[in-house]
Amino acid sequence: MKLSRRIKDLTATRLMMLTTMSAFALMIIIGVVLAVKSEQILSGHSLWSLLGSSVWKPMKGEFGFLAFIAGTLAVTALAIVLALPPALMASIWLSEYANSRIRSLFAPVIDLLAGIPPVVYGVWGTLTLVPLISETLAPCFVDFSTGYSLLAGGIVLAIMVIPLMMGLFGELFASIPRDLREASLALGATRWETARRVVVRKALPGIVATVVLAISRAFGETIAVMMVCGNVADMPGSLFNPVYPLPALIANNYGEMMSLPDYESALMLAALILFVIIIAFNVISHAILHRLKQRIA
Amino acid sequence: MNRRFTEFIMKGLMLLSVATIMMVLLYILYIVASKGLRSLSWEMVTSLPTGGYYLGKEGGIANAIAGSLMMIVAATALSLIISLPTALCINFVMRRNGRLARSSRFMFDVLFGIPSIVYGAFGFLLMMWLGVQASLLGGTIAVALLIMPIMVRAIDEVAVLVPSDLTEAVFSLGATRYEMLKVVVRQLRPGIVSATLLAVGRGIGDAATVLFTAGYTDSIPVTPNDPAATLPLAIFFQLSSPVEEVQNRAYAAALILTAMILVISFGVRALVKYSRK
Repeated sequence: MKLSRRIKDLTATRLMMLTTMSAFALMIIIGVVLAVKSEQILSGHSLWSLLGSSVWKPMKGEFGFLAFIAGTLAVTALAIVLALPPALMASIWLSEYANSRIRSLFAPVIDLLAGIPPVVYGVWGTLTLVPLISETLAPCFVDFSTGYSLLAGGIVLAIMVIPLMMGLFGELFASIPRDLREASLALGATRWETARRVVVRKALPGIVATVVLAISRAFGETIAVMMVCGNVADMPGSLFNPVYPLPALIANNYGEMMSLPDYESALMLAALILFVIIIAFNVISHAILHRLKQRIA
Repeated sequence: MNRRFTEFIMKGLMLLSVATIMMVLLYILYIVASKGLRSLSWEMVTSLPTGGYYLGKEGGIANAIAGSLMMIVAATALSLIISLPTALCINFVMRRNGRLARSSRFMFDVLFGIPSIVYGAFGFLLMMWLGVQASLLGGTIAVALLIMPIMVRAIDEVAVLVPSDLTEAVFSLGATRYEMLKVVVRQLRPGIVSATLLAVGRGIGDAATVLFTAGYTDSIPVTPNDPAATLPLAIFFQLSSPVEEVQNRAYAAALILTAMILVISFGVRALVKYSRK
């Protein structure tokens, strides 16, 4: 009896350790597999010629990633610029001005925005943003735009990262001690001054970390952006031009390129680039957040 | 006066931000509902695509609904088998807040951040290596990979809250760690259910993971090796059709998917509230 209990205990805990460690392994395996698969393209071309050229002609063996990388950066940057101010302002209001009832009323809004699947955001974007841009906005600035553009991709992506930002901002502001706010208010500061000089300043590293995390999320978003951004492999010129981000490149061409080993390898390299950048951003962001948590606790 | 003015302006801007975010959500829901309801019919939900379906003839998307449900059930089960022991391990087997536990948490945060397209591409490579065709099984594996870190993190969030008094009390009665975990799991049950629902909501709506791994078919998969249609892909493919009726069905499919996710999301909320009582 006693022995069987011990055996059960040992096997259970060993198995649990194994599942946990397999997650570490998974991470390394993904990286290694992608690296091995992209070796072929890297052996034929130098990394700099791949990253520095914007000529994408797979049939002729030319694989320049520059336009795709620039497209990804442009969409991501636009999304963050559009999302940060409202997300930050709304979070400050919810944490510093609103009472707990309003806060709990607003919580489902964030949950729902976070829960709507990317493909539905894409559908919404094609139904509303694309015609709005091509018929109303673009004619004011440029001769012609189909509406499938950098701007449409940026707006859709901004809406998608707002709930992520607000969730983290909310936690962050809630962790700032009450005493600090009260001290500031007692000195005669207004609520806004308290929010700006005390709460936001104290939470600043966390805000930076959140933005980094949002960037990494926006970087990898595929379907929603792909449905509205036009997918033309040019360098992004204006807000109304189409762009072609890296994830869309993989999604659009994967499976059709089996006959060309170089092509497949190039797409794997694209996935590897995404993987590496996103891990780097995550590591930076969590390092900041972690340190902050320890300092406040 | 100046300070008061700033306060006034800033408060206005903040309220504007809150209102804008709320309006955007309502606008999205309104567009999806109004466009979707127009072509939503009983037939769409219950029947399979017929011969001329993609030219606007009769049929429905029962194949995609069934495919999505089968895949998410299998993927969630698969992922739960791995995530539950993992989350318990981090909290109750490893030293609490020790270095190992912290670095494991960090690892799952990073895995959580990996985009679904990378899981999709990796899943596809894994399938080729195993000799599996694009199928229900392949899609299930890719989706399970995607939702595993989500579940671990969500279960971990509630497991952290289990007071060490409880575990110590169980130990003091002479229980082994395995027996202690059984007690803990009972305690955590609502948290585990809401973590599962959260993962279901994320997994069922993701298109990039199943794009290469699940394939697409007009029939309901019978064995795990059959290709399976999924709702997100049904929306995506139908929307890119030039035929207007087919596009309209994409809107209806989007409404079905959104409705499913709303139900799940409110389920989670209700459960969290209920379990706090």
